[in-house]
Amino acid sequence: MTLTATSTATRPSRRRPGTDAPRSPALPTRTAWRRRLAWLGAGLVVLVLLCAASVAIGSRTVDMPAIVEALGSLGEPVEGLDQAAVVKRIPRTVLALVVGAALGVAGAVMQGVTRNPLADPGILGINMGASLAVVVGMAWFGMFAAHHMIWMAILGAALTAVLVYAIASAGRSGASPLKLALAGAALTAVATSFITAVAMPRGDISANIRSWQIGGVGGAAWDAIGLVAPFLAVGMLLALASARSLNSLALGDDLAAGLGERVMLARGLAALSSVLLAGAATAVAGPIGFVGLVVPHACRLLAGPDHRWLLSYSAVAGAGLLLASDVLGRIIARPSEIDVGILTALIGAPFFIHIVRQRKVREL
Amino acid sequence: MTTHLNLTASTHELRAEGLAVGYGERHVLSGLDLEIEPGTVTSIVGANASGKSTLLRTLSRLLSPAGGQVLLDGRSVHSMPSKELARVLGLLPQSPVSPDGITVADLVGRGRHPHQRMFRAWSAADDAAVAHALDATATADLADRPVDELSGGQRQRVWIAMVLAQQTDLLLLDEPTTFLDVSHQIEVLDLLADLNRDRGTTIVMVLHDLNLAARYSDRLVALEGGRVYAAGPASAVLTEQCVQDVFGLRSRIIDDPVSGGPLVVPVGRHHVAAG
Repeated sequence: MTLTATSTATRPSRRRPGTDAPRSPALPTRTAWRRRLAWLGAGLVVLVLLCAASVAIGSRTVDMPAIVEALGSLGEPVEGLDQAAVVKRIPRTVLALVVGAALGVAGAVMQGVTRNPLADPGILGINMGASLAVVVGMAWFGMFAAHHMIWMAILGAALTAVLVYAIASAGRSGASPLKLALAGAALTAVATSFITAVAMPRGDISANIRSWQIGGVGGAAWDAIGLVAPFLAVGMLLALASARSLNSLALGDDLAAGLGERVMLARGLAALSSVLLAGAATAVAGPIGFVGLVVPHACRLLAGPDHRWLLSYSAVAGAGLLLASDVLGRIIARPSEIDVGILTALIGAPFFIHIVRQRKVREL
Repeated sequence: MTTHLNLTASTHELRAEGLAVGYGERHVLSGLDLEIEPGTVTSIVGANASGKSTLLRTLSRLLSPAGGQVLLDGRSVHSMPSKELARVLGLLPQSPVSPDGITVADLVGRGRHPHQRMFRAWSAADDAAVAHALDATATADLADRPVDELSGGQRQRVWIAMVLAQQTDLLLLDEPTTFLDVSHQIEVLDLLADLNRDRGTTIVMVLHDLNLAARYSDRLVALEGGRVYAAGPASAVLTEQCVQDVFGLRSRIIDDPVSGGPLVVPVGRHHVAAG
């Protein structure tokens, strides 16, 4: 069939009138579905490439044959420095993947639960609350064991989440985006100065605290990953199971209830998932900022507002961003390294300003 | 065009018995009884703060009553499983939020929520319901447009399409015509009247405009001080005394030259012809 140039030019987003296909709304939905799946596939390919780069690149230059040889002899006793370097990069790569995915999803869920474009485990103070709990555990109770840190971090994350929400909900207008961000900022300030106050007089543990606090995946070890894995897995499953509820909540509480959603329960479960993810990620890698903010926003541009897609995208993109930041940190500071938390802040801060300036801070 | 869907008239009965609702110390509804006849259009009218929205919110169980109950086919809505209720009773609240960048088709699709289970794929029945909702509201052309870009009237039609996709026999709407200009108000009310005629959907809505409420409703419910002042056909409810008691406004009631029903002509302090 022929089509006049004007009709395509003026109505680019509409289907052509009179095409052979029946005028069913399923049509644009299906094509959008395929497009979203294609982007997700592309993201996974990039992620695989980043994994390869993460194993291959480091402060010690290891040539290709040696890398292949090292990977081929995994599980056998390590021979030589090259092989040792490569073997050490594998848990580091895995940690960056899981922590990045966890933070990306935690941010997306938080933005959905609060309908707040600024929600992020960092901005809402969750990461700092988790840090404070870990630092207090170290300084006062001598809790240096990895599994202690995880429980303290999750406890701190949960307490902060409840506290921020309670403070922001006080007053008539409820937990508005602005009040949530303010409450988070206030608690972050309190937690930060408290951490300093706790850590400062303790010369014996301050190095311990500082290295953990900057945030990083460099010190990754399999046993730490194994310890947080169950928390991350439960958090991730809970988040994915909440995706459809988040879609309903996005329409406003009244409409969500009208659609048969139990609003408080759905919101509580989703919030729990983000607390588990953010708390466990912080426990194992320290407070890493901005991943939970940047990733969901970038993903929303491609995935659209459907949380089933958005959460999957955020997992992939979060893993990718953290991995890329980690690899970049090894390249630009050779033969030393820059911690991944510093790089994500460098990338994230301008983006944060961009969001605040470009978009009205309004409900999602 | 509407043959593939079950179009039997609504038989679901919604009633309120002795409803008492309050916010803290303030009693908004006190001992309110109301029966909604299946297959009719009912408009709730009343002055500001007379409890209209509170009544609608309690009927749709957004609010829990302090006393009395809301019964759907004899069962208390407040003890029904939420999704089961949402398959029978749909609600369009006053200010729903449209997520940034969502397309019309996606938004309407979210109305299928109570019919879906976790991880179950989108079904042909979902497709059919969405297609039908878009058709009925004349929004099929807009299916892949972002909701943010639509005009107020178009957007309200899309929201109605969303609750239609929910395929409920009962539809509760809280001021569906607010913020719309007069032609779009008529458009929305015509659409609701179509739904009532073609599908037998029972419609309960809060309306501000008495004359539109009179014209488009089988029954009016006039609220005053948290109680039903009068309920019944517009011709019986809308009297000069009723307008005086419910709104504190002097008025004349004349015959609507278009519908033949009652037409309220308010009498203020100015611009009243002598005699």
